[in-house]
Amino acid sequence: MTPTHFALPRLSLRLFAVWRRNFLVWRKLALPSIVGNLADPVIYMLGLGYGLGMLVPEVEGVSYIAFLAGGTLCYSTMNAATFEVLYSGFSRMHVQKTWEAIMNAPVALDDIVAAELVWAASKSCLAGTAILAVIAIFGFTASALALAAIPVIFLAGLCFAALGLIMTALAPSYDFFMYYFTLFITPMTLMSGVFFPQSQLPDSVRTIADLLPLSHAVSVVRPLLLGQVPQQAGLHLAVLGVVTVLAFWLALALTRRRLLK
Amino acid sequence: MPLEITGLVKRFGSGADAKEVVRGIDLKLRPGECFALLGPNGAGKTTTLRCALGLTGASGGSISLCGLPVPEQAREARARVGVVPQLDSLDPDFTCAENLIVFAGYFGMRESEIRPRIPELLAFAGLEGKDKARIQSLSGGMKRRLTLARALVNKPELLILDEPTTGLDPQARHLIWERLRRLTAEGTTILLTTHFMDEAERLANRLAILDAGRILVQGTPREVIAAHIEPQVVEVFGEWDNTGAGAAAWAEANAATFSKRCEISGETAFCYTDDATSLLAHLARQPGLRSLHRPANLEDVFLKLTGRELRD
Repeated sequence: MTPTHFALPRLSLRLFAVWRRNFLVWRKLALPSIVGNLADPVIYMLGLGYGLGMLVPEVEGVSYIAFLAGGTLCYSTMNAATFEVLYSGFSRMHVQKTWEAIMNAPVALDDIVAAELVWAASKSCLAGTAILAVIAIFGFTASALALAAIPVIFLAGLCFAALGLIMTALAPSYDFFMYYFTLFITPMTLMSGVFFPQSQLPDSVRTIADLLPLSHAVSVVRPLLLGQVPQQAGLHLAVLGVVTVLAFWLALALTRRRLLK
Repeated sequence: MPLEITGLVKRFGSGADAKEVVRGIDLKLRPGECFALLGPNGAGKTTTLRCALGLTGASGGSISLCGLPVPEQAREARARVGVVPQLDSLDPDFTCAENLIVFAGYFGMRESEIRPRIPELLAFAGLEGKDKARIQSLSGGMKRRLTLARALVNKPELLILDEPTTGLDPQARHLIWERLRRLTAEGTTILLTTHFMDEAERLANRLAILDAGRILVQGTPREVIAAHIEPQVVEVFGEWDNTGAGAAAWAEANAATFSKRCEISGETAFCYTDDATSLLAHLARQPGLRSLHRPANLEDVFLKLTGRELRD
């Protein structure tokens, strides 16, 4: 890779035109999208929450389903953002050649990748907000502090979108994404306190788990839903922010290498 | 100056594996002209266009697009350019009108600015009444015409087309040619690449033939034909005598007597000459051979300069 691939992004306002394009397409296909991004996680949460919840006593001082709600919110945001940049992003970039078409206009590749990042975060945040509403309706939020989770899940959406864009830049085909899900997303989901507290993990695994972005997101969102101010919130949010910036930078460099040679 | 390229070099790969696809090209478009870039596959035409638009970094040379340096200000320069790429890349999820509106958005145009122009743009493309049509319902020719309309949303001063009529039927080709002529009449500068010599001859004020990354000839179609090829061609094919020998055998024996230059391609002998009278008289006495007499054209120049071998 040449040094110019790692040049800082030069963004323009045109990235919002690209965001708007993705939004207009989504609006036409909104119903299946809502079903996938909202209904699916809610069904999981209710099924596991009530199903396992009857077997399991209180977890960290609350009912299992109240414990699970915070984890579900983070994990569904992660999945929504990841799916969007991986499958939809790859379709746009490689199959439909949409990005190339847009670059014939006064829009740079930097703008397009940034727009994909922000769009995936917007979409996952919208889904997350809807899930939060369902959680609140079912009575698993303790106070208005839960609303503070919304900007946090937007940041988490940016973070996972940025990580996913690295995969999109490298993928030769859709099948490649299986590696990402099986080797990163799924283990991370199981280690980050989504379904059970991280204190259950053996120490060696716990050290790694604490580094993963999803566990940082869960560490902030779950307390907020339970009406508590999260401990070390600044640290967790900073980690998410730094991962977002570095991952976006790497994704952009790889995308430049792939498309601008 | 719509486009000025000096000493353009483009290399892919590095070190021992490096491949120079463009090896020093100079190109200067005059405002309002139609310029055609011809060349076999792999000559470097599309790469030259991509470098000119700033979509790929040049390895050497300088480029100025609509007065702005590329790639430093490529994004801004593209605001004044319209591009019709080789492969259609319309948004399949949008209707025709929505494609135009969304694309105009990339130029910073609001929907209220572009909506009134949609009927005129669609009419230009011969797609009246198709504003609500889905892209999937359009034929290949219609998609290409819509791509042309899309390239005009920003009223560009330079229009760049990469093989605009490849894969289209004759009616669609003629429509596109007519539209392109209309655009040059209105002052738009056009740069197009093509394999079709008839297209270049009809449309281009000036042209250049590119091969292996270098420009071989440049000039008006007439200049290029006059300078590089004999004015008349007689194509000879068929059977020469009862032994089954064909035009090739005939040519080997006789062509030099009657024509300046002769090329054999497959079963046909191409005889190039200034005056075909004696050759035609001779051929009239060969009952098995058939011939076609025509003026030399750009394709003859092209094949003479780039050869008749396949390019992959």
